[in-house]
Amino acid sequence: MAVAKEKRIILKYADARGYSNDLPCYLEHGGYDMLKKAVKSKPEDICEEVLKSGVRGRGGAGFPTGMKWKFLDRKSGKPIYLICNADESEPGTFKDRQIIYKDPHQLIEGMMISAYAIQAKQAFIYIRAEFFEGARILDRAIAEAKAKNLCGDNILGSGYSCEIVVHRGAGAYICGEETGLIESLEGKRPNPRIKPPYFPAVLGVYQCPTIVNNVETLCNVKHILEMGSDAFGQLGIPNNTGTRIWCVSGQVQKPGYFEFECGALTLGEMIYDVCGGLNPGRSLKAVIPGGSSAKVLRADERFTGTHKDGTDFDWGITDIPLDFDGPIAAGSMSGSGGIIVMDDSVDIVEALANINAFYAHESCGQCTPCREGSLWMRKITTRMCSGGAREEDSDLLVSVADQIEGRTICAFGEAAAWPTQSFVAKFKDEFIAKANQPAPDDDAEGPARLQLI
Amino acid sequence: MELSTDTLTKIDEVVARYPEKQSATLMVIHLIQDEKGCISDGAVEWIAERLEVEPVNIYEVVTFYPMIRREPWGKTHVRVCRTLPCALRGSYKTCRTLEEKLGVKEGHVSEDGDFSIEFMECLADCGKGPVVIVDEKTYEDVQGEAAEKFAELLKNHTLDKDRNFTSYEDGLAKPRKKTVASSKKGTGKK
Ligand SMILES: Cc1cc2nc3c(=O)[nH]c(=O)nc-3n(C[C@H](O)[C@H](O)[C@H](O)COP(=O)(O)O)c2cc1C
Ligand code: SF4
Ligand code: FES
Repeated sequence: MAVAKEKRIILKYADARGYSNDLPCYLEHGGYDMLKKAVKSKPEDICEEVLKSGVRGRGGAGFPTGMKWKFLDRKSGKPIYLICNADESEPGTFKDRQIIYKDPHQLIEGMMISAYAIQAKQAFIYIRAEFFEGARILDRAIAEAKAKNLCGDNILGSGYSCEIVVHRGAGAYICGEETGLIESLEGKRPNPRIKPPYFPAVLGVYQCPTIVNNVETLCNVKHILEMGSDAFGQLGIPNNTGTRIWCVSGQVQKPGYFEFECGALTLGEMIYDVCGGLNPGRSLKAVIPGGSSAKVLRADERFTGTHKDGTDFDWGITDIPLDFDGPIAAGSMSGSGGIIVMDDSVDIVEALANINAFYAHESCGQCTPCREGSLWMRKITTRMCSGGAREEDSDLLVSVADQIEGRTICAFGEAAAWPTQSFVAKFKDEFIAKANQPAPDDDAEGPARLQLI
Repeated sequence: MELSTDTLTKIDEVVARYPEKQSATLMVIHLIQDEKGCISDGAVEWIAERLEVEPVNIYEVVTFYPMIRREPWGKTHVRVCRTLPCALRGSYKTCRTLEEKLGVKEGHVSEDGDFSIEFMECLADCGKGPVVIVDEKTYEDVQGEAAEKFAELLKNHTLDKDRNFTSYEDGLAKPRKKTVASSKKGTGKK
């Protein structure tokens, strides 16, 4: 069977010849037609369309967007806020960047339609500070849109008003977590809030009902309106509707970002057909399918089980369907869509040590298991790489991870624990072998010079 | 603390955008850091007064975020991505090459103050690692021999002029002036 072709809906124009990120270009390509349609419809009808489309969030958790919008507390009478999560901080993910830099008006249109649908009083774009030019591009695009009455006061004469404010982060991964993001937006340390009671849809920014959605999710809203929820729901497969932008990084010949209908291809087709396979002479060792927080998959594993509909599956790594549910069935997740490929040249212990250094650096420090555990996991894996570890260290590592999972305020705890749990469970021999290496002679440059790959 | 009128105007503009003043904290910090290179104790006091919060509210922020500085970086600041996807494509080596050529260790500023290097976590451009941000521009695929060349150009302040290295930002299609069509290079591949 031939491999499916890319289906670019969100990225339709981003890389098209002659397409630029200004308003005249966007308008020439039918831009803001859906906003015009939206402000003539009833807000609740748009919410209903989004719900019926089955679209799931593209930020990591895959929660149905229409359902999230339904959870908004409308009884309190407090103002409602919309936040676009443009923090794009999950390692291995680089899709939102393409939209922000190359097609910012699509995001703004998606946001204004969404803001109108939920009747938001104000909207924010929380963008990571490393996107220096990205923030300027968005600022410029918002100014262009405002000048044409496409956002701001009395949008297109509808009587509905909503400003969009671009808010820059400052280099902290935890600001991608929605409640950490909200704290950051309020001008505080981004310490995530505990749920319950702080579900953003009820108690979000300024203790007001707030919707936080990913960049790609908000762009989808525009296309749901354009196609209608039925046609959108026909894209992909049931419960996994629409397209997804997958970001492939690591050791393939042609890494990059690709938009496919959900479930249109398998992980194997992505690696070998779309990305040109591995480097010459190399074989596949492992894949992390959904950003560095997702559990690793070993190349020679079998994944078996029963789907919700009662059918059985028995997959090798290359058979895993690329949608929301496939990677979950295989014991991992599609998360943010970041697929990290590792070939047989990779030292798996160094790879985990690299990941652990990330989580140790990024823990906000509020919860003891996460703050201390992430530091210990880094310390142990670093010791394994620099020599002088003990054979029982791999068990120690897992016990630290096990004591983080489920015992923290936010899902960062799981994100930090899953790599360690899965790497050690699946590559235990390599961890033991590495731990048994003799300690090297004193290296003048010390452990800071350690190369974690 | 003295600030330029330009920065002061921008601060007024930014503060006015938020329903609550304290929300402007990070944006005001960015504006001041852009002018001064870092956030001094004086700046902390100034921001607290401007946003009508206690200095401790500003300190808690300043001491948390990796990109907020208490001391300035070098005149040219080089950020190298450290995280796994870039590491798999050689970012540790790239960082080492830059350290050697620019004569400064990661996390530090060179003695003459010209350069500083920072090993950062994922910069969200992982398909084309190793990723290096010079000041505010993002360079991709900086590895092996290219990294040596890159470091050399950087050292000589000629990176901007070299055609072998186009930043992600400079590679974008130029915005139109109303109707003039512009052509665009690349389709996501180089
Ligand atoms: C540690 C952590 C980091 C996260 N980083 C991001 C991120 O960078 N971008 C994003 O959209 N969502 C991120 N999320 C998910 C958000 O909390 C939130 O679920 C998402 O923005 C909701 O949008 P969606 O429903 O459209 O997916 C992160 C979650 C966690 C726990
Ligand atoms: S789990 Fe970690 S990152 Fe999340 S709140 Fe607790 S300490 Fe902070
Ligand atoms: S890992 Fe380097 S940009 Fe993501």
